[in-house]
Amino acid sequence: MTAYKTPQTLDLEALAIKENLNLPEGLANLKAKERAAIPQQEMPSQEAMARACNMEEVALGYTDNQVIVEASRCLECKNAPCVKGCPVSIDIPGFVGAAAKGNFDEALEIIKDSSMLPAICGRVCPQEKQCMETCTLGKMKKDPMQSVAIGRIERYLADRGSSKESKVDKALPTGKKVAIVGSGPSGLTTAADLARLGHDVTIFEAFHKAGGVTVYGIPEFRLPKSIVQQEVDNLEAMGVKFVYDYLIGRTRTIEQLMNEDGFDSVYVANGAGLPKFMNIEGENLVGVFSANEFLTRANLMKAYDRGNAATPIYQSKKVAVFGGGNVAMDAARTALRMGAEEVHIVYRRTEAEMPARVEEVHHAQEEGIIFDLLTNPTKIIGDENGRVTAIECLKYQLGEPDESGRRRPEAIEGSEFTMEIDTCITALGNSSNPLVTGTTPELNITKWGNIIVNEDGMTSMPGVFAGGDIVQGAATVILAMGDGRTAAKGIHDYLTK
Amino acid sequence: MNKIVRKKQLSSDVFLMEIDAPHIAKSRKAGQFVILMLDDDYGERIPLTIADGDAEKGTITIIFQAVGGTTLQLSTLEEGGSISHVLGPLGTPTHIKKQDAPVICVGGGIGVAPLHPIIQANKEAGNKVITIMGARTEDLLIMEEEVRALSDEVIICTDDGSRGRKALVTEPLKEFCEAEEKPAEVVAIGPPIMMKFCAATTEPYKVPTVVSLNTIMVDGTGMCGGCRVTVGDETKFVCVDGPEFDGHLVDWNSMMSRMSSYKEHEADHRCRMSEKAKELSTQGA
Repeated sequence: MTAYKTPQTLDLEALAIKENLNLPEGLANLKAKERAAIPQQEMPSQEAMARACNMEEVALGYTDNQVIVEASRCLECKNAPCVKGCPVSIDIPGFVGAAAKGNFDEALEIIKDSSMLPAICGRVCPQEKQCMETCTLGKMKKDPMQSVAIGRIERYLADRGSSKESKVDKALPTGKKVAIVGSGPSGLTTAADLARLGHDVTIFEAFHKAGGVTVYGIPEFRLPKSIVQQEVDNLEAMGVKFVYDYLIGRTRTIEQLMNEDGFDSVYVANGAGLPKFMNIEGENLVGVFSANEFLTRANLMKAYDRGNAATPIYQSKKVAVFGGGNVAMDAARTALRMGAEEVHIVYRRTEAEMPARVEEVHHAQEEGIIFDLLTNPTKIIGDENGRVTAIECLKYQLGEPDESGRRRPEAIEGSEFTMEIDTCITALGNSSNPLVTGTTPELNITKWGNIIVNEDGMTSMPGVFAGGDIVQGAATVILAMGDGRTAAKGIHDYLTK
Repeated sequence: MNKIVRKKQLSSDVFLMEIDAPHIAKSRKAGQFVILMLDDDYGERIPLTIADGDAEKGTITIIFQAVGGTTLQLSTLEEGGSISHVLGPLGTPTHIKKQDAPVICVGGGIGVAPLHPIIQANKEAGNKVITIMGARTEDLLIMEEEVRALSDEVIICTDDGSRGRKALVTEPLKEFCEAEEKPAEVVAIGPPIMMKFCAATTEPYKVPTVVSLNTIMVDGTGMCGGCRVTVGDETKFVCVDGPEFDGHLVDWNSMMSRMSSYKEHEADHRCRMSEKAKELSTQGA
């Protein structure tokens, strides 16, 4: 791990490079080799030990100098492979090029042509598996993490732009009413696109706050709630109506929305459903939580603020988190911030196979999270009061590659050992949400309960569209947004044909 | 915002509130519940059963015991005031069908509140309903009049004998199971320990017994899994699969220990709440 550098140091280093290369004026004269030689700009962050004791955002965002230097690393490839890596095909060379010239407003406008929520995506997209994976610079350096830091540039532009009024050109009212089920990234994206096109949009949210997974799941230290709220405020300013405490499938059904409440179309984006457990002994002991529950208590319900919040959170000393995705990292790092003395990530494969964003894994390691890799829990052990005291685990090794090309983890016989802990958090994904599909028999679903849609995002019910996790299974914010985009176009075509 | 249109104190710490909730009033069915929250930022989400409702008026009735931080705070709200958030109706409605033998409804303490719509629905289905109501003492019996108006027969038990039979509800329940006309079904709602023993009472007689669980939950929509219980060999979510389950299959010990997950926090919170209440009352005086 590299030594910690303060934001001021990083800014001075960037300034030195900028002056040395005479950026941005000198950019045109730089050859590809010279651009590739510019070191990647490190994300300024809170120091690891300090941040492990607060809930504030870890990554602080680039400075002006850093953005110009980082954007100058772009090789401006003719075929733009980065765009192919982006689920919503943002014109990446376009906005990076504008940023390199210091034309930040223009750069943001380019992003907003394709993505409604850049401040969120810049923070939570797994760039190294998307745009940065296909970036030529990263290929040259044989490491996608060394690609142009596209997400960091995106975040800078979005944060800078959010303090300004964004002008929205709205079409004349069409008189068509659209209901959106769920206010997560997918629903918000669809709402924005449809409101712009002049439709009358109402979002129905079961919780008391809008944002879906971005407010109940993703912690403050990774995505501040104020950023999500800003997007919600923008939508309200565009005339989108938010109805809270309203659960489609229970309070009203899809059929009632369409046939009785006068909606011309519905977009179902109600998100992931029931958390998965491992089906091992002891899973219903006191002290075993789904990451959904643990994170919702800590984030949305503000249990981190013990003095003020009415919602309790379990007092943990030693925590084991099962899983290797972003949610596992979020849960582990939240547990640490809530006062746990020791937090383990227990994962069956190795770090290379972890689905989490690389940056989150690094942040977790820096903060002192212990990684027990090639390890899988087999049993949770409790005391006479039904409270967790330990877990039994089995060691694994990587065997032959399976069909997917990943080496298959195999249990090592006789390698059982116990780990004393008082809390287990399972971060193993979610199965599909049954509330809408269970009350809408007309919807065709897969055997896993996910809604089936056509290429326009429309379900088997005319006028009813769906997207995000209820269609994809557990996916990412950007894929949910991509679905939202597709559905908005589909709904608009459906309503105006 | 949901306006409180009527408030009534039923006993020393049990309150009834009729609240404005037109959509819930319209769609709710027997066996369902709501989740409410009092403060936008720092409030807690708590599940409460629906005791009654009026679709035309657009109101639902909740009955609660002021025992935790949030229910204590709720009990201080008055008619004309409002509750920030009410979500519902949640849970799977009670499965009601025409039965050839009597249905025995057992309600313990404020468990009579969620039982009320189930008695109503059974009567609507044309069933003979015998209700057993139990409480520690006479003062804690609620909704007797409503229950009497609907039931074919009502048996009252108190632990101290201050009213009706001096017995636990399981005593008359056992007698009904032994009777010639075996009950078609038993519905038992009350404290976990009462439901556990009702299930244990009916099991030898193989009388189907439905219980309604009120476990800890956060969202109430199936997302958090905090409410899960072991039923048979399976893990079930009270908020979406329940709240009603086969009482003979519920792992009661596991469920009761899960319900005590936050007892340390609750004790502390209650402490702070009563201090706050004291503070407010001295200010008022």
